[in-house]
Amino acid sequence: MMDPAVVIDVARLRKTFGPVTAIEDLSFTVHAGEIFGLLGPNGAGKSTTLRILITVLPPSAGTATVLGHDVVTEADTVRSLIGYVPQERAVDRFLTGREHLELLGGLYHLSRTETQARIAELLKLVDLEEHADRVAKTYSGGMKRKLDIACGLLPNPKIVFLDEPTLGLDVQSRLRIWDYIRRLREQGITIVMTTNYLEEADQLCDRLAIIDGGTIRVIGSPLELKTGLGGDSLALTIKDHETEKLPRLRDGVMALPLVRDVRINPTGLDVLVESPEKSLPAVIEVAQRLDCSLDGIEYHRPRLDDVFVAHTGHGLRGGTPDAAEE
Amino acid sequence: MTFQHYKQEVLALTMRWVRRLSREKFSMLFTLVQPMLFWLIFFGSLFQRAANIQILDAPNYMSFLAGGVVVMTVLNNGLAGGVDLLFDKENGFLERMMSTPIHRSSVILSRYLFVMAITGMQILVILSIAFVFGVRLETGLPGIAVILAIGMLFGVGLTAISMGIAFSVKSHGDFFSLLGFLSLPMIFLSSALVPLSAMPGWMQVVAMVNPMTWVIDAVRPLIITGWDAAIPQVALAFLILAIFDAVCLYGGAKAFRRAIG
Repeated sequence: MMDPAVVIDVARLRKTFGPVTAIEDLSFTVHAGEIFGLLGPNGAGKSTTLRILITVLPPSAGTATVLGHDVVTEADTVRSLIGYVPQERAVDRFLTGREHLELLGGLYHLSRTETQARIAELLKLVDLEEHADRVAKTYSGGMKRKLDIACGLLPNPKIVFLDEPTLGLDVQSRLRIWDYIRRLREQGITIVMTTNYLEEADQLCDRLAIIDGGTIRVIGSPLELKTGLGGDSLALTIKDHETEKLPRLRDGVMALPLVRDVRINPTGLDVLVESPEKSLPAVIEVAQRLDCSLDGIEYHRPRLDDVFVAHTGHGLRGGTPDAAEE
Repeated sequence: MTFQHYKQEVLALTMRWVRRLSREKFSMLFTLVQPMLFWLIFFGSLFQRAANIQILDAPNYMSFLAGGVVVMTVLNNGLAGGVDLLFDKENGFLERMMSTPIHRSSVILSRYLFVMAITGMQILVILSIAFVFGVRLETGLPGIAVILAIGMLFGVGLTAISMGIAFSVKSHGDFFSLLGFLSLPMIFLSSALVPLSAMPGWMQVVAMVNPMTWVIDAVRPLIITGWDAAIPQVALAFLILAIFDAVCLYGGAKAFRRAIG
């Protein structure tokens, strides 16, 4: 497999605040066009990492480059290539949505016509056209978030950094934000985001790094991480008097494209599959073809929660119920 | 970084403050009116008879006080000037600005330009109200220009102090406590309200090292005496302000760099 283009390269990054070590020996790469997630609980070091990458925080040790430019020595170049959507609702209550974007147009040194063209495009993208000329203090949380995202996209960046993009949003707004983020990826924009929502990381990220206590515990695609724990599995139970058919059934199932491994157990088969939804009909068909009567099928799908616990030794929120994680 | 870019940034950032102000008309009105109403009219009228004209060396207390109120306005606006950046720091807006390819100083310069534009307008309002109360500027319109120049120069150092505090404190509560602690003594321990000769000895000593005193002593003769008396005082004030501004800018820049990186 060819190595995809590396757009962010972080090597042995470390940041301390006085006696507190926020991140320790962090290394990872982000590839062009992917959604890369930093997943971890509050205080894990996600935001610190992000703030170093957007050049507003100098690292204590180690290096980071964005599109080949060092975040410390070439900060100005990095700044002109990236967009940033902060965690806080960083809006000025007394400015209208349009005025926010005009201000940023000036800060990114866009011409007046360029700025106006971008503003029209972005207001449309985030559905804020109707509200563009109202002051931001009249905006709902979701609208402020949309404005935040429009602001981050104004410079037409190659890479967008999002810090907890859906923190505290209602379900509908969250789904809409996810939709915007996916649309950005379709346009070829690389996205780096932090999140402490497992579901968000699972749904949205092409690859993610699980960060805990300032270090990276594991990096991979959500699927890789989950299959690393054994993956999705089907448990087939066969009727008592037909157990002698199991080896044949095993061979038949093993030949299916989505099946990774099959093991015989006293009552049936354990089948490791890529996707239970897709493999289930095929497995049933094989059983029928071989004339095996199935007593039942169960499937188990490891969730990112399991991955998180396996790699950090604790849950993401220490058992606090969270509506977003249902 | 070209000059064209720098100009564009500073203009965009200054426009932000202007737009905000236009949304807070009520607050603007009070900002403009407060110093002349509270200090010039109330304080001036209150102490008119209590003040000894011989000691003041001025035709009346109002004309003595006018110079002090002008400089106090510069002091208060300058010292409070950084607070909006503190709010920006607290809600993440500053970080958003810092993630854009701007020269770091444009954030500060825009704030200074805005605060001093407001202050300049207030000075003109104060001098106009004083005029209504019979205070005639001995040096005329050129005198007003010199007063504005002194005010703007004093404002550089004050704004730098304010930003330095804003970028050093933990919360805006701390900022306002420190501000109150700083501004009133600077007013009372200066020649704003009474001449040095009327102060107890120890107070005179403290007032002598307060830059406020030197600034007021340059503005006051421009109002009540005339060019001959004013020119040496103005020259001295410019010299002292050059030093004062240099020190404050150095400290402010250090605090800024520590906070922003």
